[in-house]
Amino acid sequence: MITAYVLRSLDRRVSIAIAILFGIALLVPVLNLVIPAASPFHLPTYMVSLFGKYLCYALLALSLDLVWGFCGILSLGHGAFFALGGYAMGMYLMRQIGSRGVYGDPVLPDFMVFLNYQELPWFWHGFDMFWFAMLMVLLVPGALAFAFGWFAFRSRVNGVYLSIITQAMTYALLLAFFRNDMGFGGNNGLTDFKDILGFSVQAGGTRAALFAASAIFLAIGLFIASAIVRSKSGKVLVGVRDAESRVRFLGYRVENYKLFTFVTSAMMAGVAGALYVPQVGIINPGEFAPANSIEVVIWTAVGGRATLIGPIIGAILVNGGKTIFTGLFPAYWLFALGGLFVAVTLFLPKGIVGTISDRFKKKGKGVSERNERSEEAEAGMDVVPSKEGAR
Amino acid sequence: MSPSEKRAKSLLYLDNVSVSFDGFKALNSLSFVIEPGELRAVIGPNGAGKTTMMDIITGKTRPDTGEVFFSDTIDLTKRDEADIAQLGIGRKFQKPTVFESHTVWDNLELALNRKRGVFSTLFYRLTSEDRIRIAEILETIRMTARKDELAANLSHGQKQWLEIGMLLAQEPKLLLVDEPVAGMTDAETVETARLLREIAKTRAVVVVEHDMGFVRDLGVKVTCLAEGSVLAEGSIDFVSNDQKVIENYLGR
Repeated sequence: MITAYVLRSLDRRVSIAIAILFGIALLVPVLNLVIPAASPFHLPTYMVSLFGKYLCYALLALSLDLVWGFCGILSLGHGAFFALGGYAMGMYLMRQIGSRGVYGDPVLPDFMVFLNYQELPWFWHGFDMFWFAMLMVLLVPGALAFAFGWFAFRSRVNGVYLSIITQAMTYALLLAFFRNDMGFGGNNGLTDFKDILGFSVQAGGTRAALFAASAIFLAIGLFIASAIVRSKSGKVLVGVRDAESRVRFLGYRVENYKLFTFVTSAMMAGVAGALYVPQVGIINPGEFAPANSIEVVIWTAVGGRATLIGPIIGAILVNGGKTIFTGLFPAYWLFALGGLFVAVTLFLPKGIVGTISDRFKKKGKGVSERNERSEEAEAGMDVVPSKEGAR
Repeated sequence: MSPSEKRAKSLLYLDNVSVSFDGFKALNSLSFVIEPGELRAVIGPNGAGKTTMMDIITGKTRPDTGEVFFSDTIDLTKRDEADIAQLGIGRKFQKPTVFESHTVWDNLELALNRKRGVFSTLFYRLTSEDRIRIAEILETIRMTARKDELAANLSHGQKQWLEIGMLLAQEPKLLLVDEPVAGMTDAETVETARLLREIAKTRAVVVVEHDMGFVRDLGVKVTCLAEGSVLAEGSIDFVSNDQKVIENYLGR
C-alpha cells in the first residue's frame, strides 16, 4: 500500500528531478573531495558551498510555490520562516562553540558576555542538543504559521490584504530581531560557528556533506510537495485558488486546507533556512528583510508558478545570475532583478517551466484532439445542437 | 395547519426572516416552506431578495431576525457554509462556477459526497464504487465524451451542466439553483429543464429564474418575491394572473 502511495505521488518529471538531486548529492562531493585539485574536473570548496546555498533557496522557493502556486496564497513573508529555521540552527551552532569563544565563557555565547548577560535566557536552553534544535527548526516556523494562519484564514483575509500582512509579519520580526535585548545577537546576529555534530564547519568534508544534505532535503521537499499536489487534497487546493466559494459550498473547510498548506510550507522553509546557515556561516536579522521575501516570489515566478520544478530552476538560475551579475556590476543588481520580474510578467507569465511544458502539451494535443474529434463523429455527437442547427 | 405542524413536515422552513444591508431591507419578514421532494420555481424582479434568500439558506449571510430550519430540527442560522453543504444543501451559482484548471472528471470527483477533511483527502483513493458513480453522473449530464477535457474549455452551457453534475455528486437533499438558463440557447434551455426535472425526482429543488417560458416549462408551483417578501404563491397561471404580480413584475 505504501509503495502504491509513493508511486501515485510522483509523475515522470518529479521522479527525474529527484533522481538528479540524489545524483548530484553524490557527484558533487566526489568532484570536490576525491578528484585532485589539479584536475579540470575538480570542484573547489567555495563552489560547493555556493551551490549548496542555491539548493537551500530552491527549497524555499518550492515551499512558496506550494502556497502561492497551488493554493493562491501570495505570501510576501516566507523569508521569515526561512530565517526562523536559520536562527534555530544558528543557536545550536552557537552552543557548540563552548569555551572557544573570544571571552571563553563555557556556556554563554560571546554576544551575551559582551551585553552583560548573567545566565542563558530560557529560550536558549536545549539548543545544545542537535535533535532539539532540529525539532525547533520545524516547530518554530510551523507554530508561527499556524497562529498567523489560524486568525487570517478564519477571518477570511484574502488576496492582497493577506500579502500585506505577511509582509508586515516579516518586517515586525526584522525589527524585533534587531533589538539587542531580544537575546538573538541583535544587529550582528549569530556567527563565528565552529562545529556541527562534532565536525568543523570549515572543513571540506563537512561542506560537501552539507551540500549533499541540502540536495537530499530538497528531494524530500519535492516529494512531499508532489504527494500533496497530486492527491485529492491538492485538487481541493487548486479549487480554492480558482473558485474558493465553490469549494466552500461543496462542503470543504477552506480555512483548514489553507492552514495545512501554509504550515507545511513554513516548515519546509524552516528546513531550508537551517541548511543555509552552516553553509554561509552567519544568520542575522537581515534575513527577515521584506525584500528577501519578495525575491523568493520573483524566483518562483521566473521558474514557473504552480509547477513543482519551476521554482527550483528559477531559484538556481536567478541566484546564479545574481552571483555573476553582482561580480560584474555590483551596483545594478536590483535594477536587473526588477527588470527581470517585469519581463517575466509580460513575456513569460507562466515562467520558464510553465511555458516549455505548454509548448510540449500543444504538440501532443494536436494529435489527440484529432483522434477525439473522429471518435465524436462516430459516436454521433452527443452535444446539443446549437440554435442555428435546430432551425 | 399550525406553524409547528408545517415545520415538522417541511424540508426547509423559513419564518419571518428579515435582513438588511446598510439600512436597505433585502428580506422583509419572508416566510417560505419547501417540502421533501418538491420542485419549486421562484420568480421576482431584480432586488426582490432571491439571491439573499439563497445566501441565508446556505450560511453565507446571517439573518437579522427570523427562523431558518432544515429537516425540522436543524437551525441553519447557527451553521457555516461547509456545514450546511455537508448537511445536504447544494447551491448552484448564477454564473457557472466550476474548477477551470481541473478536468471534468476531477470536478466531479471533488464534488463527490465523501469525507471532506484535509487528511482524508490527502490519502483518498478512487474506489471502483466512486468511479461508477462519476460515470453515472457523466451520463446524466451527457458529458462522458468530455470527461478528460479541462473545464475551462467548455462552453457556457456545458459549464452550467457540469456544475449541476457536481451538485448531483454532492447528493444533496435540497438543491438551490440560481438562474440556470441565463445566457443559454433555446436548445440548451430545453435540455436544462429536462435535467432539472430528472434531478427533482429524487430530491427537492428550488429554481430561481427570470425566464417565464422556462418556468412555465417546468410546470411546478411558483413563488413570486418582491421587495423581500412573498407576493404570491401557487400554480403558474394563478401567479401570473395575480394583480400584484402583474404590477410589480410581469407588467413592466
